[in-house]
Amino acid sequence: MDLALVWFFIIAILWTGYLVLEGFDFGVGMLMSLLPRGDSAHREKERRVLVNSIGPVWDGNEVWLITAVGATFAAFPEWYATLFSGFYLPLLVILVVLIVRGVAFEYRGKISDAGWARRCDIAIHVGSWVPAILWGMTFANLVRGVELSDTHQYLGGLASLLNPFALLGGATTLVLFLLHGSVFVALKTDGEIRARARRFAGVLSAAALAVAGGWALWAQLAFSVTWTWAVVAAAALALVGVALTNRAGREGWAFGLSAATIIAAVVLIFGSMFPDVMPGLDGGPALSIAEASSTPYTLTVLTWAAVVLTPVVILYQGWTYWVFRRRLTVDHIPAPAGLTWKKIKESAF
Amino acid sequence: MEALDLARWQFGITTVYHFIFVPLTIGLAPLVAIMQTAWVRTGNERWLRLTKFFGKLLLINFALGVVTGIVQEFQFGMNWSEYSRFVGDVFGAPLAMEALAAFFVESTFLGLWIFGWDRLNKRVHLACIWAVAVAVNLSAFFILAANSWMQHPVGARFNPETGRAEMESIWAILGNNTLWAAFPHAVAAAFLTAGTFVAGIAAWWMVRLARTRREESIELARNVYRPAVVLGTVVMLVAGAGVALTGDAQAKLMYEQQPGKMASAEALCEGEQAASFSILTIGDLSNSCAGVRHILEVPGLTSYLGTGSFSGPESYLPGVNDVQEEYSQRYSETDDAGNPISYTPNLAVTYWSFRLMIGFAAGSALLALAALWFTRGGRVSDNPWLARIGIAAIPTPFIASSFGWIFTEMGRQPWVVAPNPTGIDQIRLLTMRGVSEVVSPGMVITSMIVFTLLYGVLAVVWYRLMHRYAVEGVPATVRDESPEAAKDETDRPLSFAY
Ligand code: HDD
Ligand code: HEM
Ligand code: HEM
Repeated sequence: MDLALVWFFIIAILWTGYLVLEGFDFGVGMLMSLLPRGDSAHREKERRVLVNSIGPVWDGNEVWLITAVGATFAAFPEWYATLFSGFYLPLLVILVVLIVRGVAFEYRGKISDAGWARRCDIAIHVGSWVPAILWGMTFANLVRGVELSDTHQYLGGLASLLNPFALLGGATTLVLFLLHGSVFVALKTDGEIRARARRFAGVLSAAALAVAGGWALWAQLAFSVTWTWAVVAAAALALVGVALTNRAGREGWAFGLSAATIIAAVVLIFGSMFPDVMPGLDGGPALSIAEASSTPYTLTVLTWAAVVLTPVVILYQGWTYWVFRRRLTVDHIPAPAGLTWKKIKESAF
Repeated sequence: MEALDLARWQFGITTVYHFIFVPLTIGLAPLVAIMQTAWVRTGNERWLRLTKFFGKLLLINFALGVVTGIVQEFQFGMNWSEYSRFVGDVFGAPLAMEALAAFFVESTFLGLWIFGWDRLNKRVHLACIWAVAVAVNLSAFFILAANSWMQHPVGARFNPETGRAEMESIWAILGNNTLWAAFPHAVAAAFLTAGTFVAGIAAWWMVRLARTRREESIELARNVYRPAVVLGTVVMLVAGAGVALTGDAQAKLMYEQQPGKMASAEALCEGEQAASFSILTIGDLSNSCAGVRHILEVPGLTSYLGTGSFSGPESYLPGVNDVQEEYSQRYSETDDAGNPISYTPNLAVTYWSFRLMIGFAAGSALLALAALWFTRGGRVSDNPWLARIGIAAIPTPFIASSFGWIFTEMGRQPWVVAPNPTGIDQIRLLTMRGVSEVVSPGMVITSMIVFTLLYGVLAVVWYRLMHRYAVEGVPATVRDESPEAAKDETDRPLSFAY
């Protein structure tokens, strides 16, 4: 088989891993602004339940992004170069919000102070809402096609990325991740917050059916190929399944099905792009898989690395989820262990 | 300023910043693993307290290493897209392998280590920190493989049809002699950084406690901090020797591979035999050969560093002007716009960054000597000078590493992919040809300002946390949280939570 095709497939898998995994931790980050209830002490405890439900895994989830990008650089240098220089400003925004988000997760508990926690929460909200929208916009633009020169330079500018189709794509990833996050919270916590997360998931699955369904139909009618109709149908079924299983209290199933929806979205995206990695706008010059790819030797080397290492990664990451399988409740949250703001301020050396 | 200069500034700022956190992580993760191993094997609580203490500092540091690393990976495509097109077939592979083989391990097992104290069996938990320690060093290997290929391309051919470099042998790239000189040097520097960090903080604490003259404080100093001083000092001594030996090997290699870099590092303008090592040289504002005056020199030392002989014909080293002449003939005298190309890196920067890298090692050396002396024969020192040297020494290896990179990268100019003098002739790329075509100066200014401001704020937060958690000292009490030790309780609160 043609190795470039194999790598198109592997890149899709890596993005799937990223969007499914970080999808729920973006969702949890967004829900930190929506879900907690009660007096301020109780809300803080519930926020900490949410942070700790993804605490051990969010960085491992983000490495799927790092790997997807590194693999794109290695297997499709032209794609990496054209995409990253062309989408400069949106990627800059993504970088900045991912930085503040990561720092906020890690440093939130290091200082025990309400003001500090609030600032970190703002960083987590921004760092979860913004990329949840921007990744959808980015991929929607790849589906729609972009204006390229014959030498594969991006000519479109920033404004052309802000088209209605892309905006709806952003809304699509937003609701999908919110839904995925709610289902995850329902699966990983217990008590009131679990019940609330389930109610949320019920509402969100209807919203997702409308928004994501609308975007998928548009993509399907305007930009895609016949066989992806099957994928769209599967995604719709999966979303209905999320609603049903969630109502029945089968949270594991609900989580699996919301993951399946995201997988279907990635298949739709990559299926519509095929055989290009960056389709041209309105049939203009495109960047094809063949033009973008590395040489067969490089792809062979990469294939060995991926075939040997990816299953191992999946094994030990899976094991991590198993180790931290216990549902969290507010009763599991210990007293804050960080230093106080006063202590941080006074200096000694 | 053009997008090129801005992109260079941005890359320099963000990489040097990333590399503030990197060496401490690379060195400290194994040291924490050693401390925890000592606890698991001996059961002595002092090692658990030290593990918790330095482990916390490691985590505070790690967070910033992670978030700043992603920027680096994106930047090649964002700002250096033409470079990425040219090298991607070769250069992307080590980057992808770094992510697959190292970043996944370090992020996943660090999560397990942080939250797993009461979830994992003691030995499995210990294995997690070792996995992190190995993975951070592996990541250094792969990224340096990529970097070394830009310093000295091997294992690739030039494809005239596409105008790109193509990989011929991954083994040649992973076996690059530049890599096998740079990797041990960078890792030794990282261990020097971590050794200095551990010894410096522990020495400060030991002295502080000993000066209270209270029995239990002195006991704590003897029992907990003194062993950490000893551990840090041993690491400093070994790593310091390693840095010097590997640095010497690198210098010899660089004379073969990038003679212009080393000639500039010595401000050696004309080729000479028995070239001296200058300790102080001044130049005028022109920053060119014409203005260089050597003030203080050690005869023959530069020749020895570069060739292994102090004098005679075999000690001949080419000067900056020789390299300029040779490269102009071999490559091209003018760029596309018809302006002459200078094959000489910035002399002042190259010269001084080389000296400052070596010079700042003095901080660690001083601390190592002071620590050896004041703790000799089991002493618990209360000498305030030891505490002062301990604190003052901590930043020095960080600064030395930054200058090391500034030297390596600036000394490579004007090349982003330096030509291999012994072969694969067409594989070379001038930095000015590597920059993105479609990215405007306004965009780069925007990103540079955003990163600089954000990084500035993060530096303040990082410093305050590191500082304050260091001042906090080892925890007063520790308990064995492992599931073996607490079998009966199944639904305890988390032993650790954010
Ligand atoms: C894989 C490639 C790679 C790696 C591992 C590094 N660099 Fe580099 N460096 C570059 C690839 C590069 C580059 C893309 O090639 C730059 C940008 C412009 C240039 O000339 O080289 C560069 C420039 C550059 C500059 C500015 C030079 C100038 O403007 O002339 C500095 C100070 C550093 N680097 C420092 C570092 C540090 C501290 C690194 C360690 C983390 C590092 N580099 C790793
Ligand atoms: C300029 C090229 C570089 C790129 C593209 C790059 C990329 C990255 C990325 C994406 C991460 C985040 C990984 C995570 O989330 O766990 C990271 C972290 C790290 N990088 Fe870099 N890096 C560069 C230079 C270097 C160099 C030269 C070294 C070592 C010699 C290094 C060592 C590390 C280490 C040890 C980490 C772990 C996190 C930490 O520092 O605390 N990096 N890097
Ligand atoms: C003892 C004398 C030392 C010598 C002779 C020496 C030599 C060198 C040389 C020749 C290079 C350039 C390699 C290249 O261009 O590829 C280099 C790079 C570097 N040095 Fe040193 N060095 C010394 C001490 C130190 C110290 C004390 C540190 C930090 C604690 C340090 C950190 C670095 C780093 C981080 C680099 C860049 C990475 C690399 O290429 O390995 N060096 N050194």
